[in-house]
Amino acid sequence: MTTTPVLEAVDETLETQSRPPLNVIYEWLTTVDHKKIGLMYIVYALIFLVIAGFEAILMRIQLAIPNNHFVSPQVFNQLFTMHGTTMVFFMGMPILFGMGNYLVPLMIGARDMAFPRLNAFSFWISAFAGLLLYFSYIGGSGLYAAGSAPDVGWFAYAPLTSKVFSPGHSTDYWTLAVFLSGVGSIGTALNIVTTILCMRCKGMKMSRMPLLPWLYLVMSGIVFVAVSPLTAAQIMLTLDRYLGAHFFDTQAGGSAILWMHFFWIFGHPEVYVLVLPAFAFANEIIPVFSRKAMFGYPAMVAASVSIGFISLSVWAHHMFTAGLGPAGNTFFVFATMVISVPTGIKIFNWLATIWGGKIIFAVPMMFMIGFLFQFLIAGLTGIMLAAAPFNWQLSASYFVVAHFHYVLVGAIVFSLFGAFYFWYPKVTGRMMSETLGKWHFWLFLIGFHLTFDFMHVPGILGMPRRIYTYEAGRGWDTLNLIVGIGAIFQAAGTIVLVYNMIYSYFKGKEAGHDPWDAWTLEWSVPSPPPSYNFAIEPTVSSRRPLWDLKHPEDPDSDYE
Amino acid sequence: MSLLTGTAYAQSPTNIFDPAGTPARSAFGLSMLVLSITLVIFLIVAGLLLYALIRFRHRPTDSNREPAQIYGSNQIELSWTVIPILIVVTLFLTTTRVILGTEAIPKPASALDVTIIGHQFWWEYRYPKSGVVTANELHVPISDPASPTPTYLTMSSADVSHSFWIPRLAGKMDLIPNRVNTMWIDPEATGLYLGQCAQYCGTQHAKMLLRVYAQTPQDFAAWLDQQNRPAQKDFPGNAAATEGQAVFMKDACINCHAIKGTVATGRFGPDLTHLASRDTIASGPIQNTPANLRRWVDDPNSMKPGSLMPAMHLNDHDLDVITAYLSQLH
Repeated sequence: MTTTPVLEAVDETLETQSRPPLNVIYEWLTTVDHKKIGLMYIVYALIFLVIAGFEAILMRIQLAIPNNHFVSPQVFNQLFTMHGTTMVFFMGMPILFGMGNYLVPLMIGARDMAFPRLNAFSFWISAFAGLLLYFSYIGGSGLYAAGSAPDVGWFAYAPLTSKVFSPGHSTDYWTLAVFLSGVGSIGTALNIVTTILCMRCKGMKMSRMPLLPWLYLVMSGIVFVAVSPLTAAQIMLTLDRYLGAHFFDTQAGGSAILWMHFFWIFGHPEVYVLVLPAFAFANEIIPVFSRKAMFGYPAMVAASVSIGFISLSVWAHHMFTAGLGPAGNTFFVFATMVISVPTGIKIFNWLATIWGGKIIFAVPMMFMIGFLFQFLIAGLTGIMLAAAPFNWQLSASYFVVAHFHYVLVGAIVFSLFGAFYFWYPKVTGRMMSETLGKWHFWLFLIGFHLTFDFMHVPGILGMPRRIYTYEAGRGWDTLNLIVGIGAIFQAAGTIVLVYNMIYSYFKGKEAGHDPWDAWTLEWSVPSPPPSYNFAIEPTVSSRRPLWDLKHPEDPDSDYE
Repeated sequence: MSLLTGTAYAQSPTNIFDPAGTPARSAFGLSMLVLSITLVIFLIVAGLLLYALIRFRHRPTDSNREPAQIYGSNQIELSWTVIPILIVVTLFLTTTRVILGTEAIPKPASALDVTIIGHQFWWEYRYPKSGVVTANELHVPISDPASPTPTYLTMSSADVSHSFWIPRLAGKMDLIPNRVNTMWIDPEATGLYLGQCAQYCGTQHAKMLLRVYAQTPQDFAAWLDQQNRPAQKDFPGNAAATEGQAVFMKDACINCHAIKGTVATGRFGPDLTHLASRDTIASGPIQNTPANLRRWVDDPNSMKPGSLMPAMHLNDHDLDVITAYLSQLH
């Protein structure tokens, strides 16, 4: 496609100074550039993705046959605790913050985040938190001998975490790691909100902002409200454990329900913290590969904002079996079911965007199609779980495990993979291999469905989650074997992805500014973008500034 | 997949879609309604999506011109907001009816009361009217719709949170320390109903199994009567059992275990008054045979790693006589 003369003029001399390697390392360690910080988030999250994926494989091997002795009960309990904690706090949040860090300033025409040093601080404290969590494998209650990885579950229900039932330091590693990651998340959320509200380029009214920054704005708002109680709860738990407070210490009259409230006031909105960026990627990628403007932009914004608000009032659907009574239960049934309305609006708008388009099945779009179907199923099983009496049967069973992996993997990870293929050329200046991308897609898709489709069934057959083994004769055996085989396919797909990323970095086709013929501001600058992003601060007059440049005869601004 | 799941369904004793009691049956009814509504939504939306992907794919013969740009439509947006709201309201009202029908109906006078205390990693059952205390194997009468005798379960926990779940009888309910929760079951047919703890409660969460024996009212009354008797104390002609009783009473066993009518009044472990009348030990996973009992007393962690009963380090003779004693506690 044509280049974009207005926005292109870049002073090449600033970019081409060569530096010795040590200086390069020093530069990365001390950088405050949003793009470098974004990339560091992504790389660190990918490392944790591989680690937590490996933990998942070990669990699936253990459960592939009944009465297996592959790992001990305690090791299994550590594995699911570490897998969950890692995936949520050290893979999911960082990788999405990393994408946001990289993309938000570019898409709103800003040169950096509002608080670049806070940005670096948030990254490093999150990275330290992840290292601390994994140090627990070699750290220990004694002289760094035994290892004391946490084994209380990623939800760490009281009073299992109190000193009486969890002596030693394993729970402290968990508490501190989650606390520090919370500090980093709140810092980043503050930064994203300020950046979006204060640093948009000329002409970019809120109503003209691309949907990705909109969703990151809502997501960051939820992080404030949701992560803060979690962080407070970590402090309270530490007070219990070290200063003899009794918030959650039931042996001294504390409340186990209080922890559940604190945890799920964070825990449920957290799902939306993770899924809103996935929506954001879909909002940018689906229109480009359908060659159409996003259908119903104002409705998409309204739906996102209302999801943000409603998500804060649904937490107790995780507590339908805690005996809240009929009044509490019906309220949370309603709140939970209502959230399917704005979510449905989104799915219908994506459908309408595709409708009448010219769909190009490149790898990013293939992942988005996977995302759409799987997110549809995830939403529908979510409605089943919202029906409290059905939930009394299904909660804490493998059906729930299948449901939330449909959200977290089927929707979020698929969308994220699509986003990788979409923005990789912008970040590196080279295209990722389409052939390897298709291998990745199909391996992962098959693996995903083998694992998580079949996982619903043992839940219906009464298999609770978080059990390290089970007896034969419950009808769970064959299903668990298939689930385990699926996990291996997913691992294979992920290996292809990592290989593709490294291979394409050196051997990929040159990408140019705008390989996908897209419409948002990040495609107007060179690939990779220079450290100051825009040589001249851009001015926009519609939601799709590059469309206007490419189609002066029919600019977007006429329709807004 | 359907064939596979079909056989699994037929085999599974813990299938939620094979209800054998009122709460499980009303949840099942609601499940079928929710499943049909969501299935219809899925077929419509997925069908439209699939159609759009095939119909509107870019063909090499297409012109390079961009397709017509459509920015939105208020009427369409309104319709796919209002229709889902109507579906949600329908689902909500139905769900509420089932919630109230399960949680808010008055307890009949004929109901049996049982108190359940969750422990790491076993269940304590108390029958407050008759004073019977037992563990791990719950006996209840079946309930006839003509003269219902449901069992009301009042539950709490002595240590961490647990969850009581017999999929064929009812949904689960958590047992939470410092809190009392209630639920009820009314098995329709005699037999053994299986389940297990559904709330992660520590190392041996996986083997905190549940067994509910539903009996005819006569059988249940007989069982209750038998459980109500004090433990056997004299073992004429069985010197080993007599000696085992003495060994039991002078060792640390009595700190944790109770045997009614003796000095053993511990509450930390299961009540052993009628241990031999139970089919299993260790909360379900192990058959109650003398050989298993002996191995269990010798080193519980070799059979159930993470069990809170310590290895007793008894010599072979003491193990033999204690096993002989415990095997006599019918």
